[in-house]
Amino acid sequence: MTCSIRLVSSMERYTFAILVRNQSGVLNRVTSMFRRRQFNISSLTVSETESADLSRITVLFDGDEQAKQQLKSQLYKLPDIKVVSELDREQTVNCELLLIKLANSSAAARNDILDAAGAFEARVMDYARDAIILQLVGESRHIDNFIDLMRDYEILEICRTGVVSLQRGSAVMRNAKRL
Amino acid sequence: MLLQGSEIVVRTLMEQGVDLVYGFPGGTVVDIYDALYQHQNDIRHVLTAHEQGATHAADGYARATGKVGVCIATSGPGATNLVTGIATAFLDSVPMVVITGNVALDNIGTDAFQEIDITGITLPITKHNYFVSDVNKLAPAIREAFVLACSGRPGPVLVDVTKNAQEDKTEWEQMPPAASEKTTQRYLREELVGAAEAINTSVRPYVYFGGGAISCGAQELIIELADAIDAPIGCSLMGISGVPTGHPRFLGMEGMHGRLASTLAMRESDCLIALGTRFNDRATGNRSNFKPGATIVHIDVDVSELSKNTSDSFALAGDLKVALQELLPLIRKRARTNWSEYVAGLRAQEAGVLDRREGLTPRNALLALGEHLDAATCVVADVGQHQMWAAQTLRFERPRTFVTSGGLGTMGFGLGAAIGAAMGTGRRSVLVIGDGGFYMCLNELATAVAERLPIVVLLMNNASLGMVRQWQRLFYGGRCNQTSLAGRKTDFVMLARAFGADGARVESLDDLREALDVAFRAQGPFLIDCAIDADELVLPMMPPGGTLDDVFYKVGE
Ligand SMILES: Cc1ncc(C[n+]2csc(CCOP(=O)(O)OP(=O)(O)O)c2C)c(N)n1
Ligand SMILES: [Mg+2]
Repeated sequence: MTCSIRLVSSMERYTFAILVRNQSGVLNRVTSMFRRRQFNISSLTVSETESADLSRITVLFDGDEQAKQQLKSQLYKLPDIKVVSELDREQTVNCELLLIKLANSSAAARNDILDAAGAFEARVMDYARDAIILQLVGESRHIDNFIDLMRDYEILEICRTGVVSLQRGSAVMRNAKRL
Repeated sequence: MLLQGSEIVVRTLMEQGVDLVYGFPGGTVVDIYDALYQHQNDIRHVLTAHEQGATHAADGYARATGKVGVCIATSGPGATNLVTGIATAFLDSVPMVVITGNVALDNIGTDAFQEIDITGITLPITKHNYFVSDVNKLAPAIREAFVLACSGRPGPVLVDVTKNAQEDKTEWEQMPPAASEKTTQRYLREELVGAAEAINTSVRPYVYFGGGAISCGAQELIIELADAIDAPIGCSLMGISGVPTGHPRFLGMEGMHGRLASTLAMRESDCLIALGTRFNDRATGNRSNFKPGATIVHIDVDVSELSKNTSDSFALAGDLKVALQELLPLIRKRARTNWSEYVAGLRAQEAGVLDRREGLTPRNALLALGEHLDAATCVVADVGQHQMWAAQTLRFERPRTFVTSGGLGTMGFGLGAAIGAAMGTGRRSVLVIGDGGFYMCLNELATAVAERLPIVVLLMNNASLGMVRQWQRLFYGGRCNQTSLAGRKTDFVMLARAFGADGARVESLDDLREALDVAFRAQGPFLIDCAIDADELVLPMMPPGGTLDDVFYKVGE
C-alpha cells in the first residue's frame, strides 16, 4: 500500500471496518480503488467472519475529513461492499500480532531480550541456537514500542499482521444499516 | 428449460428488452453468435468495423434513447479494443452492458491464445464487472449487470463469459426484468430546509446543471426552480440540450469555453445551485479558487461527487427529481429584479462580442447546419474545436439531442455514436467532427453504409488538430508541433464514395448551404468536407489552471 505522507494540516488516522461479499477478486477491487484515488492506507487486513458470505477488511487510513468522506462514499460505490463502519478508537478493541526474529548471539543479549519479552508479555515461539522468534499481540503502539526496544539487538526479520478491530459492547456491524 | 450458455446469453438479453446489439465476432464468442443467428428476428446485430466503434455505437444509442446500450466482442484483442469506448461511457455515466468472451476455464491463467484479463483491465472504468466461468451464474450476472448499469448513477458494466460457460448447459427460465434499484435520498429534512433557506435569502442565485439532469429527466423541475427564484440557468457541456437553448432563462454552457453571459453570471452569483453535475476541472478551472465565499447547494445522485471538487455548503445526495420535488415547496417565489437586470446586461454584452464575420466561419457553418435541425434530430459532436463551436452555437429543444464525449474527450467517438443515435431514434442523425477525429473512426463509414443510415457528417476540416494547435498558439509560443495535417492529401469526398457513401467539398457558405440541402435529403450517409481556416480560435477561453476571473473573450486587440 502507498505510505507516502501528504502534508495535510488536519491529517488524522481513521479506522474503517468493511464487510464485503466473500468472493474472489473483491480485495483487488477495493485496493485498486484505493490506489487509483491515491488514498493513504497504512494498514489493511482481510479475514473471514462469522458468516460464510462475508469477509471483513480492516483499514487504517490517514487523511483529512474530506478524504475520509470520499473514501467512504467511493467504497459504497463498489457493489461487493455491504457495510462500511468508521470505528471510534475509544469504542473499539484494536489489536495486531507481531512476529519478530532476533539473533541469539550472546548470553547477555538473550537475557535482555527475554526480560523485555516478559515485561511486554511476548511469547517465545521458537528458540534455536542462533535465533529466537517472539510473538506479541496488542495495540499497535505497544508493538511499536517493543520493536523500538529490540532495535538495540540484532533484528533478523519482522512480520506484522496489521490491525484488526471490533466494536465494544454488543454492536454488530453486519446489522448496521447500509447508508 | 435446459439451455446452452450461449443461448442463455441471448435469451437473457431478450428478456431484458434488448433488440439491438453492436459487436464483432471471434473465437470465444462464436457460440454466442450462433445463438444470435437463431434469434436474428428478435435481436438485430450490427457488425461494426472495429470493436471501439461498437462501444461508441452502443453508447450513442444509450445517450440518444436513455436505454441501455449493448455490445459484444471476442476475447483478447476484441476485448482490449473496447477499452476506450467503455471508459468514454464510464466518465459520462452512460448505461451500457458489454459482453466479452474468454477462453475456457481450463485455459484461464495460462496465457492461452487470445486470453486477456479484461475484468482486471476494466476494473477502474466500469461500475462493476463479472467474470463468469460457471454457466449457472451466467443469467444472474447479466441480470445484475442491467440493474447496475441503470441504477443510481448509470454506467457501463462488463460481463466476461468463458468459452466453457457458453457451451455448458443449465436450466433457464425467463424472468421479468428487475426494476433498477431505488435511489435513497440520503439527506435529513434539516439539510433540505437549510438549502432552501440559503436559496431563499440569496440575492444572486444561479442554477447550474449537468448530465445528471438529463439522465433523470429533471429539466422541467429545473426550470420551475429557476422561475420561482428568478435565476438564470447555465449548464456544463454534458448538460447541453437539457433545457431548450432558446429558453429565456438559459445562458448556455459554462467552463473552459463557456459563453460570456453564463460565465460572468456564475462568477457573480452568491448562491450556486448545482444539479446533477460534478464540477469537473474543465468546468471549474482552478478548483481552489472556484467561487470562494459563495454558497453552493449541490444535489447529485452520487454521494462521492458531493464536496469532492468543491466545498459544498449544502450537499444533498439522492435522486435529483425527488430532491427538487421536495425542495420546491420550501422555496419562496420572488422576483430578483436587480439580478435579472444585471443578467440581461450580460446578454447584451455577449451579443456585442459575438462573432459576426461573414463567410465560411465556424459559427456561420454551424448556423447553416442549424437551419436543418428539427427538435428531434440528434447531433453528435466529436472532440476538439468543432465540438466547442457546436456546443456554443447550435440550438436544442429536447433532452438527449446533443451527444458528445465530455469526461474522457474521446476523439473518434463521433461516427460510432452517430450510428447508435440514428438507429436508436430511427431518424437522421448529424455528426459534427474534425479532420483529426475523423481519421480515427472513418472506418465506421462502412457500417453506416451497410446499415443505410442517413447520417449527415459535417467535417470541419481545418487541416489541423485545431484544439491542440490553439493551445500551442496561445500558450506555447506558437510552436505548433505535430498539429498540422496539411501534409495529408486525403480527398474526403472520394473517400466517402469509396465507402459507398456520398459527399461534397465546400469552400464557401453558399456551397455549404447547397450541400446541406442535398445531405438532408440523402438516403444514406453524406459527408460534407467543409473548409475551415486553421487559425480560427474557440473563444471565450478560461486558460488551463485559470479561474472565472481569467477568462478572455478576445485575442489580440
Ligand atoms: C483519442 C484522443 N487523442 C488525443 C486527444 C487530444 N486532443 C484533443 S482535441 C485534439 C485535436 C482534434 O483535432 P480535430 O479532430 O481535427 O478537431 P479540431 O480541434 O481541429 O476541430 C486533440 C489531438 C483526444 N482528445 N483524444
Ligand atoms: Mg481539425
